[in-house]
Amino acid sequence: MAAAASARPAAGAAASRPRLRPRKPWSTPARLGIYAFLLISAVFFLLPLYVMLVTSLKTMDEIRLGAIFALPGSPRLDAWVQAWSSACTGLECRGIQVGFWNSVKIVVPSTVASIFVGALNGYALAFWRSRWAGWLFGVLLMGAFIPYQVFLYPLVRGLALFGLFGSLPGIVLIHTVFGMPVMTLLFRNYYAAVPQELFKAARIDGGGFWRIFFQLMLPMSTPILIVAVILQATNIWNDFILGLVFAGRENLPMTVQLNNVINSTTGERLYNVNMAATILTSMVPLLIYLVSGRWFVRGIAAGAVKG
Amino acid sequence: MAERERPATPRGKRGLRFNWALNLALVPMSLTVLFCYIGTVLWSLRISTTSSRTFPASDFVGLAQYERLFGSERWSVSLQHLVQFGVVFMVATLVIGFALAVFIDQKVRAEGVLRTVFLYPYAMSFVATGLIWQWTLNPELGLQSAMRRMGFGDFTFDWIVTQDKAIYTVAMAAVWQMSGLVMALMLSGLRGVEEEIWHATRIDGIPRWRVYLSIVLPMIAPSVATAMVLLFLSVVKVYDVVVAMTGGGPGNATEVPAKFILDYLFGRANIGMASAASIVLLLTAMAVLAPWMYARKRSERRADRRGA
Repeated sequence: MAAAASARPAAGAAASRPRLRPRKPWSTPARLGIYAFLLISAVFFLLPLYVMLVTSLKTMDEIRLGAIFALPGSPRLDAWVQAWSSACTGLECRGIQVGFWNSVKIVVPSTVASIFVGALNGYALAFWRSRWAGWLFGVLLMGAFIPYQVFLYPLVRGLALFGLFGSLPGIVLIHTVFGMPVMTLLFRNYYAAVPQELFKAARIDGGGFWRIFFQLMLPMSTPILIVAVILQATNIWNDFILGLVFAGRENLPMTVQLNNVINSTTGERLYNVNMAATILTSMVPLLIYLVSGRWFVRGIAAGAVKG
Repeated sequence: MAERERPATPRGKRGLRFNWALNLALVPMSLTVLFCYIGTVLWSLRISTTSSRTFPASDFVGLAQYERLFGSERWSVSLQHLVQFGVVFMVATLVIGFALAVFIDQKVRAEGVLRTVFLYPYAMSFVATGLIWQWTLNPELGLQSAMRRMGFGDFTFDWIVTQDKAIYTVAMAAVWQMSGLVMALMLSGLRGVEEEIWHATRIDGIPRWRVYLSIVLPMIAPSVATAMVLLFLSVVKVYDVVVAMTGGGPGNATEVPAKFILDYLFGRANIGMASAASIVLLLTAMAVLAPWMYARKRSERRADRRGA
């Protein structure tokens, strides 16, 4: 819980400390050992990405040779096109793009809704006194650690009661509910660092609950909003189990469709198409990660309590 | 006295007037806590004491479902896999993550690039992770065949299709995905260690590795504890990576509790036993969480007191 509060100073220290002392020469045996370890580790971490990429650019004839590390003879994008627009899940052959658009339809409203509720909760907890808000928050945080499996069946029945099971609003609601603990924590910790004097001044100027929230607090929340968007967009995009259970056949997210493309096909497995589809599915979170850099790490530190 | 009273009255009045706005704002959180968290757990608990199969029944059978659960071979096998997976995964991820953090902390060149490389798997989904490793470890066309072609004629690595080893390949994929997270958490802990400690230990001539193990590691114990809890939770709920990588196979070599629950809830329509299993999972998670939360609360309170 203290993680979010310490995220900022830690990131600052990380940025400034390497410049305190000059770097050592790298030719001593100890330094060589350090670099050798880091290099080998980097290869281990990059190898699967490399394998995935070269496999997606090969033809099936090349793949059957059984040399996964070899570069493709003549790289071709056929597998990518096929994965995107004509790969099959069962009888349907419309490609992974169906799942892509489903995921977009799920991620955008879920991210917005969960962040809005989280910000509202955080604001209420940080500035307004309520007898039971603190207690609610405690239970909410416990909820972040409970394995999803415990909630699944009752939530399925509950959503079915309102006719929301297997629908887009249903899955958005589910993501909002399960995103709430971390989002609330994130915003509560951010607002706790805002000086109380600012809030008191706004009260004296006649600002009400909603006005202070929309006109004062939200506009000054840009940094934490960015962290929250990164965190939620990545988490929801990568979700598998909730989408599988709650989204319904028409709205299956990309991760579920990807798994169906690869693991439930009959006949010959097209490894190049499979790998292209995997890259396409991972593209969105990877791009978010590469573009956001340090913000992503901040999100990790802040959301570290998530289960 | 009039001066003291004046600010008090309007604030009290305003507090009353604004209270409904505050309570309205707290509605989503209240509903979530009451229905989605507390309510669902109670409901699951209740169902686990009924004889429900496809539909929830309203009878009471005591702990019969739990007895059946622990009598089921698939459940005990799943638990056994969870332990094997959990131990290998947690130890490897913590050691690798800590090692990466320490080595990166040695003022190395290209630190940013290295950190990006170590952390990128964490940005990917467990499903993608499972699929990549399924392909890389494919015995006919993957790593094994590539090594043989490179001249290592009898190189063998077919764990993914071997009954009693497949679970370790799943652990390997999970280690690949999560080590970067541990590195990031440890690194932020290491960056909080003061320069003076390095000066002092250098003057005393203590070897660097000793300093890391005996002084720095205890200092960053909170980061380590957080990382351990996170890893433990991902062990308890491991599901996606298994489904994507092995589908629970070969045979039932990689069945895990979370998959057991999903299968019995939706595939095999035995919600009574599935609910009992989910309660067992919940208790397992709580057994580790409760002491951790207690310790954290206590140290927070101590920090507050020191601050005041």
